[in-house]
Amino acid sequence: MIPYGQHQFPGKLFVVEGTDGSGKSTQLALLYQWLKAEGYPVFFSEWNSSPLVKDTTKRAKKRHLFTPATFSLLHATDFADRTERDIIPPLKAGAIVLADRYIYTAFARDVARGCDRAWVRDVYSFAVRPTMAFFFRAPLNIAIDRIVSGRPNLKYYEAGMDVGWSDDPEESFTVFQGKILEEYDRMVSEFGLTVIDASRSIERQQREMRMLIGPHLNKKNRRSH
Amino acid sequence: MHFYGTPLPGVEQEEYSGKLIVIEGTDGVGRSTHIALLRTWLESRGHAVLDTGMTRSILAGRGIKEAKTGTTLGRLTMQLFYATDFIDRLENEMLPALRAGFVVLTDRYIYSAIARAEVRGIDPAWIRKIYGMALVPDAVFYLRIGTAQQLVERLLSSGRGFDYWESGMDLHLGEDLYNSFIEYQTRLLKVFDRLTGEYGFRVLNASRSVRSVGADLRRAIANVLEEPAPPAEDNVNNIRPLRGKAASTKPATNLVDLNKKALP
Repeated sequence: MIPYGQHQFPGKLFVVEGTDGSGKSTQLALLYQWLKAEGYPVFFSEWNSSPLVKDTTKRAKKRHLFTPATFSLLHATDFADRTERDIIPPLKAGAIVLADRYIYTAFARDVARGCDRAWVRDVYSFAVRPTMAFFFRAPLNIAIDRIVSGRPNLKYYEAGMDVGWSDDPEESFTVFQGKILEEYDRMVSEFGLTVIDASRSIERQQREMRMLIGPHLNKKNRRSH
Repeated sequence: MHFYGTPLPGVEQEEYSGKLIVIEGTDGVGRSTHIALLRTWLESRGHAVLDTGMTRSILAGRGIKEAKTGTTLGRLTMQLFYATDFIDRLENEMLPALRAGFVVLTDRYIYSAIARAEVRGIDPAWIRKIYGMALVPDAVFYLRIGTAQQLVERLLSSGRGFDYWESGMDLHLGEDLYNSFIEYQTRLLKVFDRLTGEYGFRVLNASRSVRSVGADLRRAIANVLEEPAPPAEDNVNNIRPLRGKAASTKPATNLVDLNKKALP
């Protein structure tokens, strides 16, 4: 078991982080298209995607079975499967791995739910440190507006209803997202996250990402067209 | 209420009136037989009993069983899935029962999880931090068998046969289930011997008859419950063991004195 920051792989790992509605998935999809077009072997991995864990998570969310501790551990289980299946092998093979949400999502959410900050970091200490982690920072009111206007019903755990801050989903969501944003801000210096201003135009954010990623790419890894 | 490390988040830490008793041991040493016997005995003495064990959680039990039907369950994923199962049972079964004054009998606890992780090359400090959320039990009884060979005899006489995971086949230690089982269980037994000192297990030589191990357990548990010791045979003559008896009566070498006081 190799701890965070000590893996050595020929591949590169880029991750996007941020609150819901910050536009990070859109940016990652654009990055994916670009890298593919450039001829790089690219592998995409997203949060909550382990085939072994998916059914358990889905059932637990539906039946409200989670506590802060088990919410954290089951998501860590899902992430471990992604790491062992979708992240480490492609990185060893020299691919570029793009991850939509990474350990920082867990750190933000679990700590906002009341888990111990150091404990959650210990749980995820097996994770590969990303080559770069982009944090799409949107002002709280904008992020909340984007989500709340985009869907009629906030989901129970998404709104942090399990913690009991408020019986009103929208109010609970606002408290929860505020705490999450606080945790992200604290992680910027702790983990060297690259902050992207998510209130700017999509094109401008994408240009900035490509510029930042460029120096990490090894042109020799491109497949011949 | 004492935790091994970082306590459970959002759980009020007031004392509970029940007792948490752990029965540990490797595969096939007779843990479930003894738990069934103890449950009947404790209930006959007027105690409410909850028994629980690995992969029995409502949250993760089914998922783990399904994941184990394939061979794609990675080492880290497995540890965390089991930890999820454990914490769910701790929060939703064991703690509420302890608060309600139950005797909680658990078939394995964090020690089996730690042993399995260590045998798989997982960082020992990492797995202990994860299970830091576990309550320190009132007593841990380790049913000890000296060699993997003795476990094989039990496995065969019980008619269960070899299992992929109990044989550690994911570790590729041997060319078939038998060779792998011997190597895997030998390594596990070694880790358990190390954990004995670390966690203050009370060791029972499990290669003796069910009746004699059972009598020792009852005496020791009466002591944990601060009740008068039962007579040597008590009223369990007509309780039949669920599985066959062990063949060997050779005592293990490093028995810890059962009369020694509780955990450090």
